Amino acid sequence: MSKYYLNYLDELESEAIYVLREVWAQFQNPVILFSGGKDSIVVTHLAKKAFFPSKIPFALMHVDTGHNFPETIKFRDDLIKSLGVRLIVGSVQESIDTGRVAEEKGKNATRNALQITTLLDAIESNKVDCAIGGGRRDEEKARAKERFFSHRDDFGQWDPKNQRPELWNLFNGKHFEGEHFRAFPISNWTEMDVWNYIKRENIEIPSLYFAHEREVVWRNDSWIPNSEFLQLDEREKIETKKIRFRTLGDITITGGIESDADTLEKIAQEVAAMRQTERGNRSDDKRSETAMEDRKKQGYF
Amino acid sequence: MLDNNQLLRFTTAGSVDDGKSTLIGRLLYDSKSIFEDQLEAIENTSKQKGHEGVDLALFTDGLRDEREQGITIDVAYRYFTTPKRKFIIADTPGHIQYTRNMVTGASTANAAIILVDARHGVIEQTKRHAFIASLLQIPHIIVCINKMDLVDFKEEAYNKVIGQFEEFSSKLLVKDVRFIPISALLGDNVVNRSENMGWYQGAPLLHTLETMHISSDINKVDARFPVQTVLRPQSEEYRDYRGYAGRVASGVFRKGDEVTILPSGFTSKIKSIDTNDGELEEAFAPMSVSITLEDDIDISRGDMIARSNNKPEPSQDVEAMLCWLHNDSAKPRAKYTIRHTSNEQKAMIKEVIYKIDINTLNRKPEDVEMGMNDICKVKIRTTKPLLVDSYRENRTTGSFILVDENTNETVAAGMIV
Repeated sequence: MSKYYLNYLDELESEAIYVLREVWAQFQNPVILFSGGKDSIVVTHLAKKAFFPSKIPFALMHVDTGHNFPETIKFRDDLIKSLGVRLIVGSVQESIDTGRVAEEKGKNATRNALQITTLLDAIESNKVDCAIGGGRRDEEKARAKERFFSHRDDFGQWDPKNQRPELWNLFNGKHFEGEHFRAFPISNWTEMDVWNYIKRENIEIPSLYFAHEREVVWRNDSWIPNSEFLQLDEREKIETKKIRFRTLGDITITGGIESDADTLEKIAQEVAAMRQTERGNRSDDKRSETAMEDRKKQGYF
Repeated sequence: MLDNNQLLRFTTAGSVDDGKSTLIGRLLYDSKSIFEDQLEAIENTSKQKGHEGVDLALFTDGLRDEREQGITIDVAYRYFTTPKRKFIIADTPGHIQYTRNMVTGASTANAAIILVDARHGVIEQTKRHAFIASLLQIPHIIVCINKMDLVDFKEEAYNKVIGQFEEFSSKLLVKDVRFIPISALLGDNVVNRSENMGWYQGAPLLHTLETMHISSDINKVDARFPVQTVLRPQSEEYRDYRGYAGRVASGVFRKGDEVTILPSGFTSKIKSIDTNDGELEEAFAPMSVSITLEDDIDISRGDMIARSNNKPEPSQDVEAMLCWLHNDSAKPRAKYTIRHTSNEQKAMIKEVIYKIDINTLNRKPEDVEMGMNDICKVKIRTTKPLLVDSYRENRTTGSFILVDENTNETVAAGMIV
């Protein structure tokens, strides 16, 4: 066999770097949407590689729900410092305080949907014309139809039935004033690819992904972490379990799984043997069969 | 998964009746790529719809409208991995009005799976799919003769399809065609070898996908490097650094190579090939790297670096096969933006030479109206020269898109003849 071929991870990496460079070339003011989760960390790592030896030319934008894992915020701040990039924070609390959105009520209330307004406000007020996300097509059925360059109208909305065709690697980022794009450099990666890449590149990730002892409560088929935001009903009780998180979102909606995987090696093995999708532990996706599609149309990540 | 495993992209073409969704469901299910919660969701939907058992085809439904109408509207991408390879499926709808989706899925594919119903043999739709696969120069075509269970697994049915297909495909430019008799519903020759078709000596579908030679799918001869952006760190450590960032479109570049910068025509030598992981001795397609040159030359996005003894032809007049992708028909002599590699110019469709009837493959010189899903041969003139190769030689430097300046929509995909 010819020596001139790439293995799958190198090919995915090269594709992502190509996409990131296209974003930089086609837009005036792109940002990376940074959640502190592994996918946005991988995108940030790829951006570092894409522009080396220059610094990452994008600011990182974090939509802060106020319902964070403290570990995520520390991780974010350390990363910003080491990369020397600018951080833009869109605050859901501020959106609530200024009356842009109203807090959901009840036990299962989350700030998940409220993020959409905060995100779109932050995009508008910072004149962002492209927001780079860590979304992957294998994550969810609505995401399977995403483009690398995905158009948003001047209300920030996605129209999945009327997307621009995307052929070869020719991306069309042309847009009118007020519209913006979302770009997804790791569209073609699976959860397993992400973990294999993190392991190969030895990328630092928040401790939450590794198995650790934590106070949790069993709800909606997963372990929800105890926090000041958690409202218990009579039947629920706090327990201490050794858990880890497969995805990171709001502390109120991100369920953990029981696990002993405390190294990248063990996590990769565990993921390979998983029989549930990673978003299976996200109560935001469980609200309806098309929960993701509906939120994405409105402007969600 | 081993570290040297490759990535194979394939497209599936067929309509609901061909069992395309069932085939994909079968591949994913038998390769254990469907998760429990996904399966549970499909089981529930199957029950709600009153289907018996689990309808694997439901796994490929995505958007709300698709679930409601039971059709596929847009290209959907699916992923699965075996111990030998990672696969990306571009699942494209097969109806006639969705030529644009098929073309989209085909543009990046190494292989096309074309489904034929064993009972009906080669039909118009099969021809259309094969034509698009050849137009887009998909290197490998796998014709899956499906529903063999409904023709008693008879070899004659299989041979008949081969005969029909070959008679027609001799008119097409396809390099590698294989035929596999399968039953997607029962799983015969999809992942596991069929026990019902002992007469078939070839490999099942998955094994074929896992082992077919794809390293030569990319042109490794003509070195082409479209510059995406220029890296100028202006830091203490890299004060004078000037790196040309891009992805090798084809061929191999080595340190010390004599190169010509196009369109300026200046020549220089490659000083270094850089990545964040260190310097490389050589870079080949499709690697993303940064190239520095011995000489200070003014180079910007849209320029191309090529080896001095093998360059693309600069040309302002190109002939191309154009697939129209938009509801608004082509406007004669209107101006469009053309995007070719990292280069962008203004372009005008000067002449429609003929339209292809994609069902008969006949050329229709009298029909020069170009609307959604039409495929035409055209003459295009650009404001400045494009650095082109023929699409047949080079899928990256031979392809382009047209963008409507009034709407910013991508309206056409072109392949340079």
